[in-house]
Amino acid sequence: MAIIEAKNVSIRYITGDFKDIGLKEYVMRRLKGNYHVKEFWADRDITFSLEKGDMLGIIGSNGAGKSTLLKAVSGIMVPTKGQMEINGTVAALLELGSGFDGDLTVRENTYLRGAMLGYTRKFMDEMYDSIIGFAELQDFQDRPFKQLSSGMKSRLAFSIACLVNPDILILDEVLAVGDGAFRKKSGNKMKQILSGGVTGILVSHSVDQVREMCNKILWLDHGKQIYFGGDTETVCNAYEEFLITRKLPGDFAQIQALSNAFIRRKEEERRKKQMNEAQKLQSILESGSSDAALDAALGIIRKRKPELLKE
Amino acid sequence: MKKFLLKLIQNRFLFTELAKRDFKQKYKRTVLGMGWSIMSPLLTLLVMRLVFTHFFGRNMEHYTTYLFCGNLVYSYFKESTTGGMNALMANSGIISKVNIPKYMFLLSKNVSSLINFGLSLVVFFIFAAIDGIRFGGHFFALLYPIICLVIFNIGMGLILSALFVFFRDTGYLYDIFTLLLMYMSAIFYQINGYSPMVQRLFLCNPIFCYIKYFRVVVIDGNIPGLAYHCLCALYALVVLSIGCWIYKKNNHMFLYYM
Repeated sequence: MAIIEAKNVSIRYITGDFKDIGLKEYVMRRLKGNYHVKEFWADRDITFSLEKGDMLGIIGSNGAGKSTLLKAVSGIMVPTKGQMEINGTVAALLELGSGFDGDLTVRENTYLRGAMLGYTRKFMDEMYDSIIGFAELQDFQDRPFKQLSSGMKSRLAFSIACLVNPDILILDEVLAVGDGAFRKKSGNKMKQILSGGVTGILVSHSVDQVREMCNKILWLDHGKQIYFGGDTETVCNAYEEFLITRKLPGDFAQIQALSNAFIRRKEEERRKKQMNEAQKLQSILESGSSDAALDAALGIIRKRKPELLKE
Repeated sequence: MKKFLLKLIQNRFLFTELAKRDFKQKYKRTVLGMGWSIMSPLLTLLVMRLVFTHFFGRNMEHYTTYLFCGNLVYSYFKESTTGGMNALMANSGIISKVNIPKYMFLLSKNVSSLINFGLSLVVFFIFAAIDGIRFGGHFFALLYPIICLVIFNIGMGLILSALFVFFRDTGYLYDIFTLLLMYMSAIFYQINGYSPMVQRLFLCNPIFCYIKYFRVVVIDGNIPGLAYHCLCALYALVVLSIGCWIYKKNNHMFLYYM
């Protein structure tokens, strides 16, 4: 049975200038007849399914509908059309820093966040020490949250969320947390969680991260689904090529073509780089004022190709 | 209804944590904080007592208690509903990120105003004792209007918090509304002077009904009739159902406005 099954999921946003108008203004505009609401499809006909243990990477440029899709998976939004079937508990690590209260202490915030993620008090009592330990905040437990640095805040958020044993884990640009040492630690923790059979969804602007961690890939562009499937490598290549040329592929053959183009481009770049280096070296040798360069060159020739000197 | 209760039990840890947060946010961990929340209605009471006794309380027994009944109910209503109005918007950051029932924020907000009300109630009893009110078993009947009032306030909170998400000037409009309501709730004057017709009109105001219940019990030493009980319950339940209906209907719409 699929853990996540999305069938033709479409999500419509409403936008327009209704957001910050008051009741009086609303009534006036209604009377005058210039009250307008614009519709906007953030996602259109997205279809994918994930089995247990799958790790899906969602790629796409800004405004592709990635975060909206995640909101539908976590149940915050309901698809306007289509079906989203979720079999299991969802833990979302969306934008780690938000939702904390600055006036509460670190301890109180930890419990509050735990409660929001659906843990029980008993579970939190048990896990509290290891959460604080992992976040390395032992000395700050009773400090008001607003006194922490932003790195500490996201470290805490990450640690709380990582202790879950959810069936589905959603990661939205969250792996870049804290300083270098913590980043490494959090990366390892993430891999450990993912190897435990959890179904994951990763949204990342780092294509390399997707290459490394995901076995399925979903490419979105302006709400449209470009590709869903398991050929992560090819699609990542094609996506990187797309980022350069801005040519959107229509079908899988074109994706493959893009991917090949990307590989060729990489190859060429590598060659050019080598050539450049050779040229640079030559120009250094030529512009040298003393004969030291000449001597060095002669030395190398003597070593490698002595037959040239004999002629 | 059963599903709702089940969800509430599931989320009771979240509920207590949210209530704790709201409580701490309110008093900012100051010792004076709590004292102040009792002091401010007492000051209102003092001013009203000084100013209005001359006009309205001349030939009236227990005018202080009469005033306090009105203030007690009205200030609980005002505090609870204005607090509840902000419940959704103040937590918009959480609501748009985590999938938890939205009414939790409103309920937790109501807990702290209920605690406040409890404290004021204690002070009220002390004042009533000083004022020479005879205490007795009939005081337990006060639980009824309190329960009605809690339900009524939650209902109003649901309606207002939803409105506040959609229309940001709800706050100003509601301020005006509560001010008008205060003058119409006979907090510092008596309604005996009006014609029976107008007196009946006063019963259309739920806040007046709850205040009157308090006065009948505390000052007159009686318990109102069955019809009056039904009226109190009716207001509470109607407002609550409207609130629930709005939440149910717009549950997924709120997000667009935040």
